[in-house]
Amino acid sequence: MNKMPEIVLFFLAKIKKLALHFKKRKKMKEIMMVYYMEAKSARISGRKVAWITSGGPVEPLIAMDVIPVYPENHGAMIGASKMGTDLCEKSESMGYSSDLCSYARSDIACATVNGGPIGGLPRPDMLVCCNNICGTVLKWYEVQARYFNVPLFIFDTPFCHTGYSEEVQRYVRRQLDEYVLFLEKACGRKMDSDHLKAVGKLSLEGQRLWQAVLATAANSPAPMTAFDAFYHLALIVTLRGTPLVIDYYTQLLEKMKDRVARGIGAIPNEKYRLLWDNIPIWPRTRWLSEKLASHNACLVADTYTSAWCGTTKYIDENNFFDSMAEAYTRIYLNIGVDEMARTVLEMVDMYKVDGIVMHSNRSCKPYSLGQYDIQKIVEKERGIPCLMIEADMVDERSFSESQVSTRIDAFMEIIKQRKGD
Amino acid sequence: MITAGIDIGSITTKAAVIAEGKIRGTRVIFTGYNAEQAGTKVYEELLKELGVKKSDVGKVVSTGYGRNSVKFMDKAMTEIICHGAGAYYLNPRIRSVIDIGGQDSKAIVLDEKGKVKNFAMNDKCAAGTGRFLEVMARALEVDLDGFGTLSLRAGDPSRISSLCTVFAESEVISLISKGEKRENIIAGIHESIAARIAAMTNRLRIAPLVVMTGGVAKNIGVVKALERKIEMAVEVSEYAQVNGAIGAAILATGLK
Repeated sequence: MNKMPEIVLFFLAKIKKLALHFKKRKKMKEIMMVYYMEAKSARISGRKVAWITSGGPVEPLIAMDVIPVYPENHGAMIGASKMGTDLCEKSESMGYSSDLCSYARSDIACATVNGGPIGGLPRPDMLVCCNNICGTVLKWYEVQARYFNVPLFIFDTPFCHTGYSEEVQRYVRRQLDEYVLFLEKACGRKMDSDHLKAVGKLSLEGQRLWQAVLATAANSPAPMTAFDAFYHLALIVTLRGTPLVIDYYTQLLEKMKDRVARGIGAIPNEKYRLLWDNIPIWPRTRWLSEKLASHNACLVADTYTSAWCGTTKYIDENNFFDSMAEAYTRIYLNIGVDEMARTVLEMVDMYKVDGIVMHSNRSCKPYSLGQYDIQKIVEKERGIPCLMIEADMVDERSFSESQVSTRIDAFMEIIKQRKGD
Repeated sequence: MITAGIDIGSITTKAAVIAEGKIRGTRVIFTGYNAEQAGTKVYEELLKELGVKKSDVGKVVSTGYGRNSVKFMDKAMTEIICHGAGAYYLNPRIRSVIDIGGQDSKAIVLDEKGKVKNFAMNDKCAAGTGRFLEVMARALEVDLDGFGTLSLRAGDPSRISSLCTVFAESEVISLISKGEKRENIIAGIHESIAARIAAMTNRLRIAPLVVMTGGVAKNIGVVKALERKIEMAVEVSEYAQVNGAIGAAILATGLK
């Protein structure tokens, strides 16, 4: 009995320490922790949980007060915590091919053992799968729908090589109605269309703020690196459409603007500016950022984090619901190589980069397929060199440090030589 | 000024000494287990052979996979830039370098001043490298030095289709058990290496003159197969294997 107060004191101290820690970490960890805690206790609080793909239309879920959970974001967390290889091996022993995407492998394995950094994702009440990012998600979500025995909604976005046709708009727009019906059935109540409008406005505002945050890196020295963007990205992916995102990115934007005003760079001595293409090599982001910084090279932008604000031009502020069909269909991974190259060239100019680092990601075929063509186009149009790194976003078995290290050293030697350093 | 270049590769370690812009001498030893030891040994042996004192050497540049393991170098540089510099020094008309080393292969495109314009390296796989040839030589019980000349006698090169060294080895073993002629198998192996390299050089769009460097350049069979695949003449200098070390020594002259 005497020990009780001691224990209480001990925990109070722990909480205080944690709170202090969060203040330093700019609240991101706290927000994410609360988010996952809420999702995990949804059953107790009577809310529903939907698993959704990273490029999926999340706004109707937010409007229905359903908690969206992202297996891909979870996959990134697994990768960053270096727990991916074990889970990938586990899925392979379940019978999945090692050629399958490592997000899918680690998620499928994790569901059966509740492993990973947060002890598995909360059980879903429904699944929402949008194939604008890849085709793998279809089978992946079917597997999970069978495993959890929950309803699955498939939102099919046709590939847009160039442009966007009337037929596609009609086809995708009609699915939005079906999506709402699906949610109404799963939740047992009607959608509040005014609320959905409000959520849409917040989503668009969040995306614009995220774009503004990323754009601060166009300054030299860049106040943030793509590695910072990989970290701050979590909110626009998981919680867009909520006021939390607006608050967070407003603060972040102010901070970045302040750094720009005071000439503070993200790395100590920025001399070379690089653009990153593809999903990060999550278990190796720290190694890579230190490696590049040792060459005074800064990853100032990337095609990955900007994908969550790349289609704002298609969104009609006053008619979010209708226009989101186009916005969700024309995202970076659902367009032809020529359009992708155009986006890359725009970024090359905007961020004034000296070279491109491309991650040929063993897991992500849609992202990696056109890279050699984009490389050729960029080299021809802008004459800057591109480096290709072969690796994987989660599975560490596909990473060879000494080979990647030599390639980066050689690439930097070329850039230095070109700039006459 | 006297400068030196040390190229510590996965199989062999090479050294070159340059004095007043001329090659004074080169040396090659096996790397073995300890890269640092190999780098030090080849350097000391070469200096002794040439009668040059360490204190006479102005600058040393190291390169190759073990480039950061030696302590006495003034700078470590990658094989890409060193092979480019070495090839250009030996022949300033060279615009493309194909280097096949122990554990990787690379293609390098140079500009008119000998600067590296672009490069490509093999993916994370041993196919198309010196190590691949070593494994095959073991399976065929042929000395690696005999590989090149033997393959020129091939009437009908075998098809080695596997991209994986381990699987290619079992392919070779099954060809042996079928009684296929050795020279045909060896020629097939060379074809498969050349195909791999050609995929890389086509991507880079290499231009003549093309030179091949690295230990594998000593294999005439690979050189001929490569010429057929890329449809360009491929030069090989007598310094092919030590080209990276020579380039390192050349780059050392530019160090402040």
